[in-house]
Amino acid sequence: MHESTDVHATSTQYKSEVRDLSFYYGEFNALKNINMVLHEKQVTALIGPSGCGKSTFLRCFNRMHDLYPGNRYMGEIILHPDDVNILASNVDPIEVRMRISMVFQKPNPFPKSIYENVAYGLRVRGVRQRAVLDEKVEEALRDAALWDEVKDRLNQLAFNLSGGQQQRLCIARALATDPEILLFDEPTSALDPIATASIEELITDLKDKVTILIVTHNMQQAARVSDYTAYMYLGELIEFGITDTIFIKPKNKQTEDYITGRFG
Amino acid sequence: MSNTDKLHEIRAIIVRHKRWDLMFMAVGMFALMIAVLTFTVLFAQMIIDGMPRLSWDFFTSFPSRRPGSAGILSAWVGTSLVMLVTIVAAVPMGIGAGVYLEEYAPKNLVTEIIEVNVTNLAGVPSIIYGLLALGLFVYQLGFGQSILSAGLALALLILPVVIVTTREAIRAIPVAIREGAYALGATKWQTVSDHLIPYAAAGILTGIIIGLARAIGETAPIITIGAMTFIAFLPPSLVQTEFPFLSFEWLTSPFTVMPIQMFNWVSRPEEAFQLNAAAAGLVLVVMTLAMNGLAIYLRYHMRKKIKW
Repeated sequence: MHESTDVHATSTQYKSEVRDLSFYYGEFNALKNINMVLHEKQVTALIGPSGCGKSTFLRCFNRMHDLYPGNRYMGEIILHPDDVNILASNVDPIEVRMRISMVFQKPNPFPKSIYENVAYGLRVRGVRQRAVLDEKVEEALRDAALWDEVKDRLNQLAFNLSGGQQQRLCIARALATDPEILLFDEPTSALDPIATASIEELITDLKDKVTILIVTHNMQQAARVSDYTAYMYLGELIEFGITDTIFIKPKNKQTEDYITGRFG
Repeated sequence: MSNTDKLHEIRAIIVRHKRWDLMFMAVGMFALMIAVLTFTVLFAQMIIDGMPRLSWDFFTSFPSRRPGSAGILSAWVGTSLVMLVTIVAAVPMGIGAGVYLEEYAPKNLVTEIIEVNVTNLAGVPSIIYGLLALGLFVYQLGFGQSILSAGLALALLILPVVIVTTREAIRAIPVAIREGAYALGATKWQTVSDHLIPYAAAGILTGIIIGLARAIGETAPIITIGAMTFIAFLPPSLVQTEFPFLSFEWLTSPFTVMPIQMFNWVSRPEEAFQLNAAAAGLVLVVMTLAMNGLAIYLRYHMRKKIKW
């Protein structure tokens, strides 16, 4: 793909640019012509009523839709700095997933030990040396604020952890491979308020390391953790901007109605 | 006044309905007892008849014309070797086919037809498999009336069971686990080999054992292939003293198996042979029950570790 130099100039602050993205589940048009950007090392939140396509949009970023037949992308998601369109059919989805990690709605640890859960991403990449694995696992668990709680029982089954700990384990698993973007799909919807608070705090801390895109059904959460917010409705991006602006002075009437709780 | 009348009426209705309740319970219990008692009586009779014949010698002696010194050595060795061939053939094929159908095969009409037919194959009478094996393994491929032919015939017989249980065990793994692996950049094979097969192992193993428990008692396909009914030697040993230490000559050896040995003894006129048959039957039933018990154990205890 050919890019003009002025795009390169702006691309330093953008980690990713979404251009005219549409997505189809078979005949159903789930995303309609979305254009937005992800700012590097910032948290971008996707909000909107259920069924608006925010999770569908998130899952485009790591080509999760490729796992199921009948799904179709149109448009581009450009990943900087190498300006590759991660939706292009000649780009291997596995390559995309190795660069962009994901944390799911419900904690989904593997029925393996805590250590092996975190190490799995590295094992997939062929890392075998114990020293490297040990170091990376510790680093990821520290980044996920879980190390102190689990350092004495790394060989225990991950299922023995509490729900909040399991979710932080999944975050550690996603961090262990140094992803460029971390996707969160409603990461706290299955957790209690205290675990939710710890995950939110973690997301704010992780901003220094990684660009974050988070789907949330909870507007207060978006206001608390994100720098940029995108409001979606029925597969369309209604408004996108700095979180404070969106929440205090939304330009669009629809956004305002949703945020002030008049519908949704 | 009318209120108490109504109450009486309701109570009368309840009494009438409960009579039906009781009646059905009695009928159901009776039906259950027929099944349970029949088996219990048969099994008890077998124990009474066979128990006195069970001794170390019974397991280490070849069949004989004299019922008192006849044993099941060639039968249990034959059964074990046939089962070994069955396991080696059916397990990789069954798991492979099950995993392919569940994870790799495109979801289209052809796959659906294959799926329905695999399930149906489990209900095909075992003699049909015997005839197939006779034509294919014994004659076409020239394996002869051997342990190999018998093992492969039984492998075909239990293959649908292994495939179906493999698929069910894999389908029981939540989508979230698969997506978790894929999201870390795993390929399909990495997801299958690192996650799906290990997590489904308890279920798959249960299916294999249930299949083997069925195969161990199968008589019809083995007779069709041409197992011996009287055999006074053992197949060549699996191990040898010279390099490469493993021998495969036993695969082509003639053989007999437990159910055929039983069948042979039952058809003798002398009553002493009937007692031998009861003893052999006892051994066979205990083997089958032990396998089913192991399957139940695995299902409850290995799955305890995994909770979704």
